[in-house]
Amino acid sequence: MHDLNGPSSGPEAVAGPDPVIELEDVEKVFDVRRKTGWMRRERHQVRAVDGITFSVPRGEIVGYIGPNGAGKSTTIKMLTGILNPSAGRIRVDGIDPARERTRLARRIGVVFGQRTTLWWDLPLRDSYELVRRMYRIPDAAYTRNLDACVELLDLGPLLEVPVRQLSLGQRMRGDIAAALLHDPEVLYLDEPTIGLDVVSKSRVRGFLRDFNAERGTTILLTTHDLTDIESLCRRVMVIDHGRVMYDGGLGGLHDTGESERTLVADFARELPPVELPGARLVSADGPRQSFAFPAGASAAPLVAELAAKHPLVDLSIREPAIEEVIARMYGAS
Amino acid sequence: MGGFYGAVVTRGFRRYATYRTATAAGVFTNSVFGLIISYSYLALWHQRPHLGGYSEPQALTYVWLGQALLTPMALMGGGFEDELMERIRSGDIAVDLYRPADLQAWWLSADLGRMGFQLLGRGVVPLACGALVFDLTLPADAATWLLFAVSVLLGGLVSFAIRFLVGLTAFWLLDGTGVSQATLLTGLFFSGMLLPLTVFPGVMGEIARALPWSAMLQVPADVLLGRHRGGDALLALAFQAGWAVVLLALGRLLQTAAARRVVVQGG
Amino acid sequence: MAEARADARGGVRTGLPGQRAGGPGGAPGGYGPGWDRPDSSVRRAREAVRAYVLIVRMWVRSTMAYRTSFVLTALGNFAATGLDFATILLMFSHIHRLGGFTLPEVAFLYGACSTSFGLADLVMGSMDRLGRRVRDGTLDTLLLRPVPVLAQVAADRFALRRIGRITQGVLVFGWSLPRVDVHWTTVNVLIVPMMLLSGGVIFSTVFVVGGAFQFWAQDASEVQNSVTYGGATMLQYPPGIFARDLVRGVTFVVPLAFVNWLPALRVLGEPDPLGLPGWLDFASPAVAAVCCVLAAAAWRAGLRTYRSTGS
Repeated sequence: MHDLNGPSSGPEAVAGPDPVIELEDVEKVFDVRRKTGWMRRERHQVRAVDGITFSVPRGEIVGYIGPNGAGKSTTIKMLTGILNPSAGRIRVDGIDPARERTRLARRIGVVFGQRTTLWWDLPLRDSYELVRRMYRIPDAAYTRNLDACVELLDLGPLLEVPVRQLSLGQRMRGDIAAALLHDPEVLYLDEPTIGLDVVSKSRVRGFLRDFNAERGTTILLTTHDLTDIESLCRRVMVIDHGRVMYDGGLGGLHDTGESERTLVADFARELPPVELPGARLVSADGPRQSFAFPAGASAAPLVAELAAKHPLVDLSIREPAIEEVIARMYGAS
Repeated sequence: MGGFYGAVVTRGFRRYATYRTATAAGVFTNSVFGLIISYSYLALWHQRPHLGGYSEPQALTYVWLGQALLTPMALMGGGFEDELMERIRSGDIAVDLYRPADLQAWWLSADLGRMGFQLLGRGVVPLACGALVFDLTLPADAATWLLFAVSVLLGGLVSFAIRFLVGLTAFWLLDGTGVSQATLLTGLFFSGMLLPLTVFPGVMGEIARALPWSAMLQVPADVLLGRHRGGDALLALAFQAGWAVVLLALGRLLQTAAARRVVVQGG
Repeated sequence: MAEARADARGGVRTGLPGQRAGGPGGAPGGYGPGWDRPDSSVRRAREAVRAYVLIVRMWVRSTMAYRTSFVLTALGNFAATGLDFATILLMFSHIHRLGGFTLPEVAFLYGACSTSFGLADLVMGSMDRLGRRVRDGTLDTLLLRPVPVLAQVAADRFALRRIGRITQGVLVFGWSLPRVDVHWTTVNVLIVPMMLLSGGVIFSTVFVVGGAFQFWAQDASEVQNSVTYGGATMLQYPPGIFARDLVRGVTFVVPLAFVNWLPALRVLGEPDPLGLPGWLDFASPAVAAVCCVLAAAAWRAGLRTYRSTGS
């Protein structure tokens, strides 16, 4: 289907011997000047990244999560060469990002969920043409990659549409394609599903999964959406206060914190507290009642039970936010 | 209700007061331009002393007053009108129209707040700079300064009224760029920012002095320079007030028409 | 030093074979062996120009999506910049000479300055948006691309409407040419294009330095205006009307005098108020070159600061 010669290899096949991202004792210290009065300022240092060491084997998808201000984006900025580290050693595909930013730029792709790199007033295709020229992508590779992205991300009907007319989800798909046209070794995704509807989210996830499986592109992902992590990453790193607090499988993270999902039920009228086996009532607010149940359990029997016994009007399931999981993790340890 | 609009004025003032570096940078630029223009005026007045009825120090004072009033009167743009147009285009204006506050009064309050800050932040320092480098004729009596203050306020009203009209055209025009630019250019030319209107030759000068833009710089400057005395000064203020009333009333008419349009379109 | 660290892994793929259909020569990630390697400065400059042109083309096409708006703003730009000349005309309705210069002579100065400045404004005028890009964080996206950041910032929101100013400057300059009392020797004829081009380059470097300054002071774009727009206003008038110290300032500190004053004084056969040696009238290209070196250094220093502070 897509021009992919050779067998596609799973992440396991590559793990270990060929790290594509390496960080050793990386630090980033900012001088911050804080206003303390009308003209007075106070200088102090902030360690945004405080000794981070990890490596990512080629082909792996890693979730890089943590609360705001934890040092996530500072790390990404150092990995992409935007910021120079204060100390430590970084290699991405063998390149020192601080010294050879432009050379590195040809080997990485970056997608910011809240910031498009597409040209607002021009058809989507024009943005891709610019990428082709800027990265000097040979015709064959360009055609192959664009065709693959168009098919997998369903961009065909959108290519001639000015970007300003695209929906948020369409634009995100467009942005992801733009970041992949030059065959990057590493793809950084910053909140790739933020603001998207459920269908668009799962489409983006599905694409990333397939693309990673077929091309072996290493993906580093920051997100607040736990479902992104669950459906994509085998490995998660939790960053807080500039340090790696957890590095391991997703299961381990869940175990540490027993995360719960929330089932929110809107009934036709106000009901007395409903007993729901397998879940516990966490709040009742007029006709709305919320139940918590283990994140690992299926919601289907609960929904069936509710629908069978009560006048149900609407129903929604809230995924546990990353922050919640992390907070629980800290609570447990 | 007065308390409410008073709060809007304060907010307008504060909003601009937060940009401290930008204000400092602006003051610097105003001073550099004041310096350059001063020398071109000196060359002109050197050849034609008493041109336009000004002595050399008066002409220089006029230059620095121009730099001081440039931003408060939004002669180079930068007031509320772009925001108003944006709100009209995005449809947010419908919300404003249904608010208990009056649209014109609300924007006027905000703009007076801005003007207040920029008079202090961007007006005083350039004028002081000019006075340091050149021999300016600033009045010593409080009465003239008081008249000047009233004149500046009236000029500010005229400035607001014109820009309010320009902003409202966004209800009818899809692209307000043309109107904005045309008014900006007319304003720069006919306010006396480039050269005092008293220097404009013949009929052109007479027309320029009768147009509302002269209320924004020419009239306040002449009041401060003491060219209008006694009853004459009151006449000058009346001229400004007249234009302010006419233009504000026009804005009100246009606003009513626009509101009807929004209601007809279903908001 | 980056050159010394030649691509140790160049072209050698250490990953899985066959995973990628492969660029030519199997270069990892990048394409074309040459483009994956650190370059000489000549090559970097060529890359910068190429990237600049690519991005400018996109902006021009974006602009043309709103054609009416473009026509109106171009006309507005033309008229707005013409107001300065209108002022000069108004002045000359009262006098015959300003600072010893006749109207055509002032128009000669004015036209040369406006043309140079217009060129610089068109090519580099977007530099004053840098502060905003630093503030809202969008500068980061430019650092992620494999082309020089300076080219991207300069091309950002390329405003074709600024041809209004150039047109206006060229018209006034053209009007003045047959009216100035000049003996058109070969030297004088050659000075004119040299003056316009060097002037454009000098003003461009001022834009670049001003942009670089915004790495440190993001809200200070107006300071740049005082040198660019302020300087352009000053150069429209004969140097003799300004205080000596001011003229010295724009000769030796910010060398704007080389944009049009010194070469134009030579063409017009007027003495310069500072009594500088005559060969300086031909120094504009050299001064422009020095300005380029200094501006490049300022830009690199600014970018370095940004990459270590991130603000």
